[in-house]
Amino acid sequence: MTLLDVENLWVKFPTRQGIFDAVRGVSFTLGRERLGIVGESGSGKSMTGRAILRLIRPPGIVTADHITLEGQDLMTLSERDMRDVRGQKISMVMQDPKFSLNPVMTIGDQIIEAYRLHSKSTKAQAYDKAIAMLEAVAIRDAARVMRAYPHEMSGGMGQRIMIAMMLIPNPKILIADEPTSALDVSVQRQVLSIMDKLVTERGMGLIFISHDLNLVSEFCDRVLIMYAGRIVEVCDAANLHEAQHPYTRGLLNSLPRLDAPRKRLEVLKRDPAWSEAPSVGGRQ
Amino acid sequence: MTELTIDNLNVWFGHGRDRVDAVKGATFSVEKGESFGLVGESGSGKSTILRAITGLVSTWSGQITVAGKPLGPKRDRAFYKTVQMVFQDPYASLHPRHSVDQVLGETLYLHGLGDIDKRVSKLLDDVGLGGKFRFRYPHQLSGGQRQRVAIARALAGEPEVLLLDEPTSALDVSVQAEILNLLTDLREDRGLTYLMVSHDLAVVGHMCERLAVMKGGEIVEVMSADALRHNQATHPYSQALLQASIGG
Repeated sequence: MTLLDVENLWVKFPTRQGIFDAVRGVSFTLGRERLGIVGESGSGKSMTGRAILRLIRPPGIVTADHITLEGQDLMTLSERDMRDVRGQKISMVMQDPKFSLNPVMTIGDQIIEAYRLHSKSTKAQAYDKAIAMLEAVAIRDAARVMRAYPHEMSGGMGQRIMIAMMLIPNPKILIADEPTSALDVSVQRQVLSIMDKLVTERGMGLIFISHDLNLVSEFCDRVLIMYAGRIVEVCDAANLHEAQHPYTRGLLNSLPRLDAPRKRLEVLKRDPAWSEAPSVGGRQ
Repeated sequence: MTELTIDNLNVWFGHGRDRVDAVKGATFSVEKGESFGLVGESGSGKSTILRAITGLVSTWSGQITVAGKPLGPKRDRAFYKTVQMVFQDPYASLHPRHSVDQVLGETLYLHGLGDIDKRVSKLLDDVGLGGKFRFRYPHQLSGGQRQRVAIARALAGEPEVLLLDEPTSALDVSVQAEILNLLTDLREDRGLTYLMVSHDLAVVGHMCERLAVMKGGEIVEVMSADALRHNQATHPYSQALLQASIGG
C-alpha cells in the first residue's frame, strides 16, 4: 500500500550566480517499508526530506507535480493545514538532539506538549502516555527523565527522547534525517533497533536519510542513491553491495574494510554525465 | 627506535568531589615511523591523551617521552617542531577570517623558518591543493579541502609526529578515502609517526599497525591490526566493539 507518492520534486535556491537546484526532479513512493536515501553531503537527501514536510523557507522554492499523502496533495495545503500534517501524520527526527530539543523546557513538558497538540486529553493522561512512550524507547527511570532538562541527557538518550516525542502522536510516516550520525557506534545500533521495532509494530513508513552505506544496507528494505540532486540508482538494500551505478560502486569501494586490507583506498572519480542523466524513478 | 612513550599517564578534570578521571594509568609506546591507533567510544579518554601530549591539558601525571625527551609541564618551541596535531572538525579549526596564505605563512613564521613564500606553495602542493587555493578563505573551501589545509599547517614545521584526532569523521566517505590516502603517502614520504584517534575500527585497521582499545579512561587491550582483522581480540569489550562495527 502506498502511503506517500512524490512526483517530480524540485528544490531551488536563487543565488547571485543564478538558480541553484538542490533537488532535481525526484519521484518515489513510500509504502509500509523502510526506505533509505543515501548520498554525500550536498546530494539533496536532507532537502528531499524537508521538502516533503514543506519545511523549506523562502527564498527556497519547492515545486512538485504532487506530493500525495493518503489521497491528499500536500503541495496544495495551506500553512495552517500543513501544521496538522506535521507531527500527526508525518514527523521527523533530526540529526543532533542537542539542537532539536528545547533547552529551557523539561523533557516531560516537551513530550506532553507534543502529545496534547494533536489529541484531546487531560494532563494526567498525557503524562501517563509520555511515561509509557519513554519506557518504549528503553529509558530506565522514566519519571526522573520527565523532570530533567535536555542538557542532563547523553546524546543517545537525547535521540531516544526525540524518537519518543516524534512517535507519540502516532504518525503514519517517520522521516529520520541522519538520526544516529551524532551518536557513538556502540549506541547507534541500540537507537536503530528501538526505532525499527516501533516503526514495524505500528506499521509505519520510514524514510531513513543517511550517508552511511553499510548502515542503510543493513537497516532498510529499499535504497535510493542520490547524486547532485537526482536519484541515480534504486536497489534493494540487501543487494546494495551488488549495485551497478559507477557512483554507488565508487562510494562502496572508497570505504576501508577490515576484512580486505588494501594499501591505498580507491578514490571516487566523478563523471559529469552522472549529474546530467535524468533521475531514476523510485516507484514501486 | 621509540618515538613516543606514554607511561602511567593520568589525566583529570575538576577537583574535590567534581573530579573526573578521564585517563587512568595509560601506558603504551609508538615506534618511529609507526602508526598507532586509539579506539573507544566517546568519553573513553582517547582524545584526552592527545590533548595531554600537546599540552592542551595541564592536569596530568605520569611520564610522556617524545623523541627521547621527557616532557615537563610546559611545552617549548622545539616540541612543537617535533609534534603537531590535526583536529577533528576542519570547520572549527581554521580561522574564518584568515586566508590559507595567512594561516600557513603565520605558522611558518612562528616556527622561525625563512623563505616563507616558497614554502607555502610547496606545502600546498604536498597536500594536493595547488596554488589556486592560496588566497582563499576557509568558507570558500569544501570540508576535504579544509582538512588538507589543516594537514598542511601541521606539516609546516616539518614535524616527526602527527597526532590525528578523528581526522575524517566530519567528512564524506569519498573524501575520507582521499584524506586517508594523503596521510598514507605523507607518512611514506616523510617517515612520519602517527598517533591516530578514531571511533571507526575500519579506518584504524586501514591506517595503523597497532592499536589500543580504551574504555572508561583505561586501556583495556593493545593489539596489532592483523589480530583485529582476524578477530583475535581477547578483551570482551574489544570483541563487542568489533561486533558493533562489523555488524552482526
